[in-house]
Amino acid sequence: MTIWGRLLHTLRHAPATRPEAPPSAETATALAARLDAAAQRRLGRSLAIRHVGAGGCDGCELELRALNGIVYDLERFGLRFVTSPRHADVLLATGPLTRNMAEALARTHAAMGEPKWVVAVGDCAIDGGVFKGSYACLGGITTLPVDLVIRGCPPTPWQVLDGLRALIEANAAPAR
Amino acid sequence: MSAAAAIIRAGAAADQHPWPRHVLSRERWQALAAALNAADAPPLQGLWAEAERVHALFLDAGSPLSASIEVAGGTYPALSPHCPAASWFERMIHDLFGHVAEGGRDPRPWLDHGAWSTAAPLGPRQAALPPRVGAPEPPEFLQVEGEDLNQIGLGPVAGAITEPAHLRLTAQGETLVRLEVRLGYAHKGTLGLMRGTPPRVAARFAARLSGGSTVAHGLAYAHAIEAALGVTPPPRAVALRAVMAELERIRAHLDAATAIAAEAGSAFLEARFGWHREAMLEAGGRAFGHRLMMDGVAPGGLATDIAADGADAIRGALGALERELPELARILERSASLGSRIGDIGRLAPELVARFGASGPVRRACGLGGDARLAPGYPPYATLGLDVPTRSGSDVAARLRVRLDDVPESTRLLRALLAALPDGTIATALPAASGEGLGVAEASRGTVWHWVRIEGGLVAGAFARDPDWSHWPLLEAAMRNGLVADLPLCAASFGLTSSGVDL
Repeated sequence: MTIWGRLLHTLRHAPATRPEAPPSAETATALAARLDAAAQRRLGRSLAIRHVGAGGCDGCELELRALNGIVYDLERFGLRFVTSPRHADVLLATGPLTRNMAEALARTHAAMGEPKWVVAVGDCAIDGGVFKGSYACLGGITTLPVDLVIRGCPPTPWQVLDGLRALIEANAAPAR
Repeated sequence: MSAAAAIIRAGAAADQHPWPRHVLSRERWQALAAALNAADAPPLQGLWAEAERVHALFLDAGSPLSASIEVAGGTYPALSPHCPAASWFERMIHDLFGHVAEGGRDPRPWLDHGAWSTAAPLGPRQAALPPRVGAPEPPEFLQVEGEDLNQIGLGPVAGAITEPAHLRLTAQGETLVRLEVRLGYAHKGTLGLMRGTPPRVAARFAARLSGGSTVAHGLAYAHAIEAALGVTPPPRAVALRAVMAELERIRAHLDAATAIAAEAGSAFLEARFGWHREAMLEAGGRAFGHRLMMDGVAPGGLATDIAADGADAIRGALGALERELPELARILERSASLGSRIGDIGRLAPELVARFGASGPVRRACGLGGDARLAPGYPPYATLGLDVPTRSGSDVAARLRVRLDDVPESTRLLRALLAALPDGTIATALPAASGEGLGVAEASRGTVWHWVRIEGGLVAGAFARDPDWSHWPLLEAAMRNGLVADLPLCAASFGLTSSGVDL
C-alpha cells in the first residue's frame, strides 16, 4: 500500500484506538477522600508513571505493554510511562515483591518527588498471589504505602486503565 | 557418537520417562566433564539438583540425554571448566541446594543476594549453613583491566516496562568492552512452592514461571507429569493444546517484533505489530477465557474447553494478520533507515550459539535448524507436518525476520487444527502414583524442559529449564565490542525474560 493508499484507508475506517468508557466514580470518590485526608497536593489531570517489576512473571508487564500501544492509547487520558522515577507521580508495581527486589523498590520510591502515589497491579502485588508464603517473597507490595490496588492475574488493560483513570479523577477534583 | 555421549550411555539407566536417566559414578562424571571440551560434545541444556543428586541434561543429535550423579559430602565435580554453559547452573544449585561444584569456574552467589533468612532453602543441610543476610551489595563483578574504562550499571529498575535484571556495562568511550548480566531479582522460590503439592496445584506455579510463555511452560510441565505417571491426554486436549501453543507463539513473536520496532525507532511498525498483538490477546481471551491462556493446560489434558465462538475469534485475528503481514514485511525490507539500524548489530558466531545449547529464534537466526516440535512423541505435529524457518546473518534483523517467518506457519497449523478438532473429553484423571518424568515444549523463545519427580501422588522435586538460560550469556557475547547505545535494541531482539531463569 502506498502512503496515499494508507491515508485513504485511515480516513475511511474507524481509528484503531478503542473508545473509552467513563472511569469508576466509586473508586475515584474513595481515592479523593484519601487525598483530602492526607492533605496531599493535587497533581492535576496528568500523571507520569514509573513501572517497577518487583519479581512478577512478566504477565502483568505484558498487559502493561499492551496498554502502551495504539489500541488503548494511554496518552489521551494524560497518562504516560516514564523511565526515570524523578519524573514520576505514580509508582506502579507488579509482582509478589521478591526479597531480592525489596531494596530496589524502596530506592525507586525514595527517588520520586512528593506528592506521589503507589499503585499495586495484579494479585501478586496485592498479597503475593500464588507465591504467598515463599521464603523468597515478602507477599506483595507491603513495604510501601499502597494507594490503589488493581486485581487480576494479570488484570486486563481495561482494568488497569479504569484504576488509573480513577486516580486522575481524584487528582482533578477540587479540594474541599 | 561423541565421547561424552558414549560415557553417559554407558551409565546404568534409571527409570525416567520417556527418556532414561543414566546414573554415573564420580569418576565417570569427571570423565564426562573432560569430554565436554570436544567440538562435537552434546550441548548442555540444563543442570539441576535434588537433595542427594545432581542431574544434567544434554541434547545429543536432537534427542535428550540425561545423566545424574549422587552428591557426596555436599559436593560433585563441576562441569563448568570444560562447559561454560554450566556455570550459572552450578551457582544456582549452590544457592538453592548448598551442593558445591568442585573445581567450578565461578563460585560467586547467583540467586542468593543475601536477603533470604535461610541459606540453601531447598537443600538437605539447610539448618547447618548460615544465611548470607547482610552480604555485601553491590555484588562483585568480573574485573576488567585497561585504561579509560568506565562502568555503567543498568537495573534492576531500568527501561520502560520490563522485568528486573542488572546489566553491568564496562565501556571504553562508546564501545562496550564487557557486558555482565546479573539475575536473580525475580527469584520467587517457585521450585520450593511446587514441592509437596498435587500435580494439578503445582501446575499453577509452572504456568507462572514466565507469563509470556505460560502455555509452553504449562505444556512442558504437563508432558513431564504425564510421562512420569504414564497418562495419555485425550485427542481433543492434544489438539487444543497445540491451538493455545501456536496462538501464544504468534502473539509472543508480535510482542518481540513490537519491542524491536520501538527500539529501532519505527513508530509505524511498532503500532501495527502492537495492534495485531492485541488482536491475538483478545482472541485468546474469547476462546479460552484468559487473554494469556494462563492455567489453560493442566496435567492430564486441559482445564477449560474452547468457547463456542472461540475458533471464529481466532480465525478472525489470524485473517487480519494474514492480510497485513506481507505489507509490514515489505516495509521492513524496503526501509533503508530501518534496515541500516537493525542490520549488522549483535552478531553471534554459530559455533557459540550451538555450544551454549541455544534454541528458538536466537538459534535459527544463524542458520541452524532445530525445534522441539519436530521430536518424536510431541503430538500432534507429526500428523500436521512442520516447516521450521531459518535465516542467516545472526544479527538483530535476522532474529526479527525469523520470528516473522514463523507466523505464516503457525497460522497454517492453527487453521488445520481448528478445522478438525476431535470430539470427546478434555482431561484424563491422574493416578496417585510415583514416577519421574521429563517433558519438553517449544516456546516462542526456544525449547522449554521440565523435570518432575512424583512420590505418592505429590510433587517431590521439580525443575524448569527456560530457554533463556542459554540466551542471556549469548547476549553478553553478542554485545562484545558493540556500542552502548545498541544494547536496548540488541536485547529486544533476544526477547529475554528474567522470571523463567530466576525460578
